[in-house]
Amino acid sequence: MASTTPLDIPPAPPATRGRPKSTGRAGDKIFLGLSRGSGILLLVIMASIAVFLSYRSVIAISQDEGNFLTTFDWNPAGDPPVFGIAVLLFGTVVSSIIAMVIAVPVAVGIALFISHYAPRKLAAPLAYVVDLLAAVPSIVYGIWGALVLVPYMEGLNLWLDQFFGWTYLFEKTEVGVARSLFTVGVLLAIMILPIVTSVSREVFLQVPKMNEEAALALGATRWEVIRLSVLPFGRSGIISASMLGLGRALGETMAVATVLSPSFLISLHVLNPGGGTFAQNIAAKFGEADEFGRDALIASGLVLFVLTLLVNGAARLIIARRKEYSGANA
Amino acid sequence: MAKRIDIGGLTAYYGSHKAIEDISMTVEPRSVTAFIGPSGCGKSTFLRTLNRMHEVTPGGRVEGKVLLDDENLYGSGVDPVTVRRTVGMVFQRPNPFPTMSIFDNVAAGLRLNGSYRKNQLSEIVEKSLRGANLWNEVKDRLNKPGSGLSGGQQQRLCIARAIAVEPEVLLMDEPCSALDPISTLAIEDLIGELKERFTIVIVTHNMQQAARVSDRTAFFNLSAVGKPGRLIEIDETERIFSNPSVQATEDYISGRFG
Repeated sequence: MASTTPLDIPPAPPATRGRPKSTGRAGDKIFLGLSRGSGILLLVIMASIAVFLSYRSVIAISQDEGNFLTTFDWNPAGDPPVFGIAVLLFGTVVSSIIAMVIAVPVAVGIALFISHYAPRKLAAPLAYVVDLLAAVPSIVYGIWGALVLVPYMEGLNLWLDQFFGWTYLFEKTEVGVARSLFTVGVLLAIMILPIVTSVSREVFLQVPKMNEEAALALGATRWEVIRLSVLPFGRSGIISASMLGLGRALGETMAVATVLSPSFLISLHVLNPGGGTFAQNIAAKFGEADEFGRDALIASGLVLFVLTLLVNGAARLIIARRKEYSGANA
Repeated sequence: MAKRIDIGGLTAYYGSHKAIEDISMTVEPRSVTAFIGPSGCGKSTFLRTLNRMHEVTPGGRVEGKVLLDDENLYGSGVDPVTVRRTVGMVFQRPNPFPTMSIFDNVAAGLRLNGSYRKNQLSEIVEKSLRGANLWNEVKDRLNKPGSGLSGGQQQRLCIARAIAVEPEVLLMDEPCSALDPISTLAIEDLIGELKERFTIVIVTHNMQQAARVSDRTAFFNLSAVGKPGRLIEIDETERIFSNPSVQATEDYISGRFG
């Protein structure tokens, strides 16, 4: 690029002919410093969060008279203090799984509709509306969930109990309003819908035209084009999108705290009211907890932190294992 | 197999822009017909009207008729999906399905068309890969992804995929323009073999290639930028390159313009 033949710099004055002045080196250095600094800053923040969580957790867990992992109770203020995360871990995982099972297929469907089926006039406003869902604050979702969704869920719960009660999962053994893990899962599904949809949509729009034409030229219908070209290309994108959604579902606090009626029981009857999640439990108890109680809550926060790391790691593994086939090298 | 194509008064649009105008010609079965002409003259657009791929582009529409042994591809009630199953296509850049193995790439079209037993499928896949002169290079790694092959091999894989469904016609849109000379030679040899079984239409920018592989050559041109492309003449390849009947053709092939 910086070659110095006279042809490259047409009106070059004779003085600079031999060596063109180098410009932009300072910009290079500043940018390098900035980007390197940002990278280091990120590592420092992550490390300090991890250290803080671990330090406070160790204080709490060392004085826990129950088993931190298996105890079905949360009473750090008791004498002796007994608390454990079993119920919280269960509730967090179950409500997030329910949310994923509902949200991912719907989101992929919406994304495909916007990217491949809808006429252009409809696609743009629809995409906008989906993005708008993400702009609703989670406390608003919580209030809507408690006031609107919960009453409506009762009818659905009856129906599920009647026809799918035999699955054990949907058997409702306790009466009471639908402030259950299932309702929380449905609410979380709505909340993670926009992020999963918009990331998937972006990936689907990036499918190279030549990949789609390959399928079309073989006589593929629109659905077959999607199956042969779009979904395989978008596979890792759908996984990343789902993981982003899962991350939000695992950590969602206010909406869950508003809808769930917490209890310290583990039950696979997901329609029964009760249960709890990490974030909901922290939000509900942090205000009135003493110093030690806060340490105990921080310990549960550490578990959520680790859980989220594991989920992200697993997602990366899944994506990496299929890299050879990912289409990135096409 | 191998049908004649009769094109009558074909005009194609992109939205309100007329890309090609009033093209009529006959493509003989079991022969290679080459389309040549300067960039933008509409040869690729014309090629894509022959398997109804043109209308996939937003705003793309076509007037006129394309008869495949007397059946109008643009007749009412003709499903473009069925048309594309009888008129195969190979593109400028090799486009194997990146997530599929070599085997699955070749089998993809068959699986769309119906269900086959496993051994039946393997048989057709082998036959198609042999037909595309690729079998010996890939027979030990049929389960590896097709995107791991070289460019030339990928293009032959695409040809194998296209001929696996036994189309009547094979359209090739500059199939060698992304390939090195040795791969190009391999494809050209292959075209010579394939014309025994299929009607082949090839768009090329390379006039030597047209002269080498085709039996008949059609020359397209446009009167000015923004004007629709037209068919100037179509004749035996030998005549086009030695003694064309239109001056513009001679100017183009002798390098005086374009």
